[in-house]
Amino acid sequence: MNKKWLSGPYLFWAISFIIIPLVMILYYGLTTKDGSITFENILQITTNTNVKALVLALLLSIVSTIICLILAYPLAMILNQLDVNQNSFIVLIFILPMWMNFLLRTLAWQTLLEKTGVINSVLTLLHLPTLNIINTPYAIVLGMVYNFLPFMVLPIYNILIKIDPNVINAAKDLGANSFLTFYKVILPLSWPGVISGITMVFVPSLTTFVISDLLGGSKILLIGNVIEQKFTQANNWNAGSGLSLVLMVFILLSMAILSKYDKDGEGLI
Amino acid sequence: MKKWFLFIATTALAISALTGCGGKNSASDANKVYVYNWGEYIDPEVLDMFQEETGIEVVYDEFETNEIMYPKVASSGVSYDVVCPSDYMIERMIQDDLLAELNYDNIPNLSNIDQTYLDQAKQFDPENKYSVPYCWGTVGILYNKTMVDEPVDSWSILWDEKYKDSILMQDSVRDAFAVALKSLGYSINSTDANQLNEAKELLIQQKPLVQAYVIDQVRDKMIGNEAALGVIYSGEAIFTQRENPDLEYVIPKEGSNVWIDGWVIPKTAEHKENAEKFINFLCRDDIALKNFEYITYSTPNKAARELIEDEDIKNSEVAFPTADMLKDCETYQYLGSENDDLFSTLWNEVKSN
Repeated sequence: MNKKWLSGPYLFWAISFIIIPLVMILYYGLTTKDGSITFENILQITTNTNVKALVLALLLSIVSTIICLILAYPLAMILNQLDVNQNSFIVLIFILPMWMNFLLRTLAWQTLLEKTGVINSVLTLLHLPTLNIINTPYAIVLGMVYNFLPFMVLPIYNILIKIDPNVINAAKDLGANSFLTFYKVILPLSWPGVISGITMVFVPSLTTFVISDLLGGSKILLIGNVIEQKFTQANNWNAGSGLSLVLMVFILLSMAILSKYDKDGEGLI
Repeated sequence: MKKWFLFIATTALAISALTGCGGKNSASDANKVYVYNWGEYIDPEVLDMFQEETGIEVVYDEFETNEIMYPKVASSGVSYDVVCPSDYMIERMIQDDLLAELNYDNIPNLSNIDQTYLDQAKQFDPENKYSVPYCWGTVGILYNKTMVDEPVDSWSILWDEKYKDSILMQDSVRDAFAVALKSLGYSINSTDANQLNEAKELLIQQKPLVQAYVIDQVRDKMIGNEAALGVIYSGEAIFTQRENPDLEYVIPKEGSNVWIDGWVIPKTAEHKENAEKFINFLCRDDIALKNFEYITYSTPNKAARELIEDEDIKNSEVAFPTADMLKDCETYQYLGSENDDLFSTLWNEVKSN
């Protein structure tokens, strides 16, 4: 019995849609339009515009990741403490929005946040000051948090329900108060979930161009937008690929740092 | 060893799947026409009527800017049979040898097109060999009468602090720069580095006042009273006025861009005759009229214009501006790939500022 053949379909998938495209990006990124080797595409990251876009993208995605974490961890703990029936219901509510298309949900935020949008109409009706965050970085962070929050909650929740209650009881028996139990027992045990949550929020936030386009009114250029423009508007696949390679380095770097804290790889889904 | 065999076998399989084995022209594919058009740029009923009358199935795709359309057609990943780019892009596609010559025997309805526009089209298609004009128009300012106090007749109003956060700019490179270049008194086809830098500085100066850079959304946002001023194509004017009577369209006195979009057939087209039938169908007077009434972009089809029942629209200066109004308007020219890069670099500098 050679079970290795069972990996065939996935191997086919991985080669077609992961390895070959990556090789192509590598090829485009390291060549000029006429095919000679160059590092110019990668060095494009050093131009003023692109550095700004990269720094801004890093900043916004770090902020959204932190906000997601602050929102998600307590929620996951509450979910964990509920009865089985209740918590599956709440988890359902939580992932319900994900049944709808990501683009539609972002467009809905646009309608909600607009100057004469739903939120502002209600605020005006109540004679309250209006909310003017559309087309600003705040709206982009809001969009990122809204769209990627479930990816933070679910891995943390999954790891919390796996923690043996006896471990917590043992801590309490030995005299730890609830803060100490959390800090010394629950937090370290849930760390892999936190790590994978961070990765799953940080990486899509860093590379997004749709959220910044729709909620930033195309006024705020993130590195994802620069790359998108290279491919679509400027028709310069080489420069686009070169910048993608730089972005990949940043993602790999963040994963390398995170994996130091997740030696067992338990949290990776 | 076995592991390697598995790896190599799947790689080979993957490559062959990705490069698309199997015949390209299967029988079921024969009676189709692949159309690639601007968003919201045709009456969907027209497509159904074409399908019914000819039995040719229309596969319809949309693009948002010429720049997005070009790489798709150039890389011929999908071989479209008939595409609708604008003037300067047609010029570029002719230069890059991407277009097939049209067989006018298959397009007898071309006689419906006003000679004026065919002559204008010679600016980018010198012998009218590759393109058939579909729509034309100008770029101008759409403004909301209830939100703007002074008369609007100049691009300079887009730099007025009073309208901070109420200005919508076009999110396409050439159109955005055309606005800045024209308000500086330069040609929209300028390639002079100093002039372009001046235009860039002007756009950077304007950025804090701009609510958003958008394309198709200008229309909905203006109808929804979301902004006071928006840069828009003339064809949207009649439609938006219908939806929101407070809106008014104006071609600024400094001049603007006058454009023609035309149907072309890429060399890679696999159903050239169907594509010609499609073009011919669109040139028929009743069909051109139907399209005009739906998309409200000015039609170069003189037979269709005669059929317009509403006298106000038939003689509307928005839909059919007079020669005098167009005297300072220019058509875009293709400026070469180096200048394209220059424009997009400058545009990125504006956006990232």
